Amino acid sequence: MDLATIVPPLLALVLSPLLVGIIFRTKAIFAGRNGPPLAQIYYDLRKLMAKGAVYSDVTTWIFRAGPIVSLASLILAAFVVPFATCAAPFHFQGDLVWFAYLLAVSRFISVLAALDTGSAFEGMGASRDVLFSALSEPAMLLGLAAVARQANGATEAELNLSLTGIHQAIAAAEWGGSWLVFVLVAVALFVVFLAENARIPIDDPDTHLELTMIHEVMSLDHGGPDLGLIVYASALRLWVFGAVIVDVVLPISTGYVLLDVLWSVAALFLLAVIVGVIESVMARLRMLRVPQLLVGATTLSGVALVLEYGGRLWISPSN
Amino acid sequence: MDFAVELILVFVLLTDMTLLGTGRLATSIWLSAVQGMALGVLPLLVAEHEITLRLVVFAAVVFTLKGIVFPRLLSRAARMADVKHEVEPIVGYSASILIGLVIVILSAWVGAAFPLPIAHLPVSPVLLPTALATILSGLFLIVSRRTALTQVVGYLVLENGIYILGAALAQEEPFLVEMGVLLDVFVAVFVMGIAIFHISREFDHIDVDQLTSLKD
Repeated sequence: MDLATIVPPLLALVLSPLLVGIIFRTKAIFAGRNGPPLAQIYYDLRKLMAKGAVYSDVTTWIFRAGPIVSLASLILAAFVVPFATCAAPFHFQGDLVWFAYLLAVSRFISVLAALDTGSAFEGMGASRDVLFSALSEPAMLLGLAAVARQANGATEAELNLSLTGIHQAIAAAEWGGSWLVFVLVAVALFVVFLAENARIPIDDPDTHLELTMIHEVMSLDHGGPDLGLIVYASALRLWVFGAVIVDVVLPISTGYVLLDVLWSVAALFLLAVIVGVIESVMARLRMLRVPQLLVGATTLSGVALVLEYGGRLWISPSN
Repeated sequence: MDFAVELILVFVLLTDMTLLGTGRLATSIWLSAVQGMALGVLPLLVAEHEITLRLVVFAAVVFTLKGIVFPRLLSRAARMADVKHEVEPIVGYSASILIGLVIVILSAWVGAAFPLPIAHLPVSPVLLPTALATILSGLFLIVSRRTALTQVVGYLVLENGIYILGAALAQEEPFLVEMGVLLDVFVAVFVMGIAIFHISREFDHIDVDQLTSLKD
């Protein structure tokens, strides 16, 4: 394993809280405030880590394991995502499914931890969270399937089913007539990105009303270092999923590694700004409308996959 | 050129899906208008050789009819009947979108299995699937919605699908036939608009399900 490939995951671990800071800053600018400093999350994390934790008597070890397992699975996920033109430290056939389910494990364990508290609010939030993640999963997997199909059609050499392989095949290939597929998948994945990270059209991270919370409500009983881990994990989730959108679906390769890395980091920051703008200009969807949005994203991915297959099936006989 | 054609076709496909997922009449009408406008431009882009005056006139007529006249007539009917929203549809909106996805897959399969007998004409591979998907989602709109107005929108979408098929063969097809079809559709939408107005004036709603329980 090349030691240099360790750099992108380290970058993710160090820089991801900055994404949250950028989102906050964008929202503050829209609201006409100065907003907290960009590095506020780092201060928050340090403060939370220095605190002690209080555990309810009714909770079991699952409650304590929740934040740790959740963060651990996200760190693992960070190690299979390619960044800029660098390969991921670990890549193997089918690691896109591994990636998808690492995110799912992180969600699963936080749902278990939420249920472990026995609080009615947390149970409600957990139920909604599971529903929305179940709906966004097909959108993500179908979208990645379409991109994988595209990447493999471009090389024709051997079947590449790892995120890194897809990334390299796409970065090497001309965009050509397949840009439609990429745009469709990018939009679908962006909706999934918002759903996975509990951002605004799906969930409001700033809400103070437990009844309308989805993701935030699940961490209500966590405090101190546990809460710190959860905050950090959500920042890391933003980075890791954003990196998939930026680097697997819309990669840009200039030939200079440093320039590519800078570009990818800049693109991630831009993604955070877009999220901030969306949160500033629109309200959360009604809970009933959210499944419709996610089904819409699934349809986008599905259409991309059909274009990918239908186009090829059609062209091959005439050529 | 091919890029533009595919862009328009995929756009039409996406408007189909959005139409299946929306319940507001104003949005439905607006979407059908946008779809019609996009289709008006299509024959100009499909034309491989040169853009003749005949084609330009044809595109202009289609653009005005599908993009401006029909939506005007429909929104007028909606205003007169004073309806803003679809009543509870027979198939829910999310389920409709999923069925739309199934329709797209089916159309792609059919489009690949039965190629058009026009091998000498360079046609985008997305064209036949899009045409079929548009026809089928128009049909689905007609059978799954209760409001007469949405059914008219479904009829327009259905006609758009048939039109896409025609656009591929624009060079082959007699001008008169296409114009005749457009005139028919125009009259149909006109009559339906008047009919909707009368239905709503007589019965205070345009829910077609309740029309079956009429007594004299």
